Amino acid sequence: MTTTADTHTPDAAGYFGTWGGRYVPETLVPALVELEDAFMRLRDDSAFQTELERLLHHYAGRPTPIYEARRLHEELGGARIWLKREDLAHTGAHKINNALGQALLAVRSGKRRVIAETGAGQHGVATATVCAMFGLECVVYMGEEDVHRQALNVVRMRMLGAEVVPVTSGSQTLKDAINEALRDWVTHVESTFYLFGSATGPHPYPLIVREFQKVIGIESRAQMLEQTGRLPDTVIACVNGGSNAIGIFHSFVGDPVGLVGVEAGGTGPAQTAATLEAGSPGILHGAISYLLQDEDGQIAPTHSIAAGLDYPGVGPEHAYLRDAGRASYVSVTDEQALEALQTLARFEGIIPALESAHAMAHAIELAPTLPGDALILVNLSGRGDKDMDTVVSALGAAG
Amino acid sequence: MSRIAAAFTDAGADGRLVIAPYVALGYPDMPTSVALARAYVDAGANMLELGVPFSDPIADGPTIQRATQRALAEGATLTGCIEAAATIRASTDAPLVLMGYANPFLQWGYEDLARDLRDAGVDGLIVPDLLPDDNEELALACSAHGLDVIPLVAPTTPSDRIGRVAERGSGFLYCVSLTGVTGRRQDLQTGLAAFLQRVGESAALPRAVGFGISTPAHVRALCGQAEAAIMASALIDIFDAAPPSKAVARAAAQVEAMADAAACR
Repeated sequence: MTTTADTHTPDAAGYFGTWGGRYVPETLVPALVELEDAFMRLRDDSAFQTELERLLHHYAGRPTPIYEARRLHEELGGARIWLKREDLAHTGAHKINNALGQALLAVRSGKRRVIAETGAGQHGVATATVCAMFGLECVVYMGEEDVHRQALNVVRMRMLGAEVVPVTSGSQTLKDAINEALRDWVTHVESTFYLFGSATGPHPYPLIVREFQKVIGIESRAQMLEQTGRLPDTVIACVNGGSNAIGIFHSFVGDPVGLVGVEAGGTGPAQTAATLEAGSPGILHGAISYLLQDEDGQIAPTHSIAAGLDYPGVGPEHAYLRDAGRASYVSVTDEQALEALQTLARFEGIIPALESAHAMAHAIELAPTLPGDALILVNLSGRGDKDMDTVVSALGAAG
Repeated sequence: MSRIAAAFTDAGADGRLVIAPYVALGYPDMPTSVALARAYVDAGANMLELGVPFSDPIADGPTIQRATQRALAEGATLTGCIEAAATIRASTDAPLVLMGYANPFLQWGYEDLARDLRDAGVDGLIVPDLLPDDNEELALACSAHGLDVIPLVAPTTPSDRIGRVAERGSGFLYCVSLTGVTGRRQDLQTGLAAFLQRVGESAALPRAVGFGISTPAHVRALCGQAEAAIMASALIDIFDAAPPSKAVARAAAQVEAMADAAACR
């Protein structure tokens, strides 16, 4: 393996530094090569880009605004906080950006059957949505535990015409949904497009997902310059696989801007999903990156109140940015995320997804420690409607 | 000559296939899996594939998933698997090939792994999620300790890649018989003969066919088209269907029937 000269392009074998690669069964190699070729060709194809921009604007509602959380600032003091409103995108989260891009790739590749994995259900809903719009067959794999805790999203996916397959193996969460989606893909690789949702997995997925999510950073960088006259001092986003974070970080990597990824710390060190904080290097689902694992190399059970952060891995580009010292990663507990969700709801009238509430929690902690002229930009990656059952039962349990 | 090479040479001289059953180490418990391995050799197996359990076996269907999850629940570890291999080695000269996913091997350390496997009497390693493109460190370590790293090819693999994959490995070429995961099948995949012919034209290594090889008739159908047959899920299904006191004997009887078919008479 060779090393990459910058953070913008993985090397020919799909490594960001020493992270990433293509750790898959041989059966999938031609499909991944074909996907890589198609993506490389189409990302420079003006007709493809024009079509994608049209859909992002007229269908997904982009650009999403940035919004200054002024009452929150008055309450906390310190830095001013701006929110990138991905919760306002169609389907209620940033996942639509990548789903539209990859579905267009599927259509251009002549594949009429699409499969996807989902944790919180946001990527599943986004995939089911674009498949309905393009008239593609759609199968979504979802862990049985997530089927229960994100029941609303299951209803939405089925309403949109997708088949939702509950996965009962292993921990019955996102990790197992990916296992099952990969098994489906190995079996139906000739006819099927795997619409991968996170910035992880085998090359070229971490690159493709980032390229389709970088619109978040491109927009918000220009919006900050336009509305505040300068760049933010710190950009904060929640991280698990890390697609929303890499999407907003990417445009700021070359700027003097702090990048902070917020992992899910669960209930504490014994029950966590904070992979970069508590994990070690390992191979899972097609990539070498950090993993939560036991000393024998078996993947460890994870816990987060946010189904979309409950995965034992992290995207390889985040491992690279952390190693390079370009981004830092912290963790936030379930309790802090719940608190942040309520704070944002009461001060700004915005109920964030539990995933995005992790990023908010760190912003709320950081802002008062910074001077009044500092600017924080938070990627509010999704809205919280899907989480109301979870929040009600968690608050009930807390008394 | 390595044990693996000798097994293929002997079988080739007799005009028969090498029979290589898979044993899920630690299933239903470690001592029983060791007994099963020995029973398979007594029943005519020429090579053993010893499966190391992993929490996320993406290339495996329900049977091996269930067996390996049970093995982990029973406390199977890579340490225990290597010890089991050494125990099996003490009673047979048949080649032993360890099969498992990359992460437990990576955590052990490739250099230490190669040395410890050699010491245990293991002859080769199959890692279904480690492509020759990414396995340089493991390949060097294994080569230094005289272990074969067995490459895999699939029906989707283009012919030029088959050649490149084969050159990066040694011992034999694991030909995945179908596009799919492991598991018992009624029929061999359409196009298997053409695939195996393509492999033979593109690579010099002996061809071992696995995934879905379930019956003596499947084995017989491979005569003249490959050099070895690997069977896994179908044996576990037979083991599971039998009363516990007869399970080892029933699974071994199937290996015996497959070994008869492998004589290619």
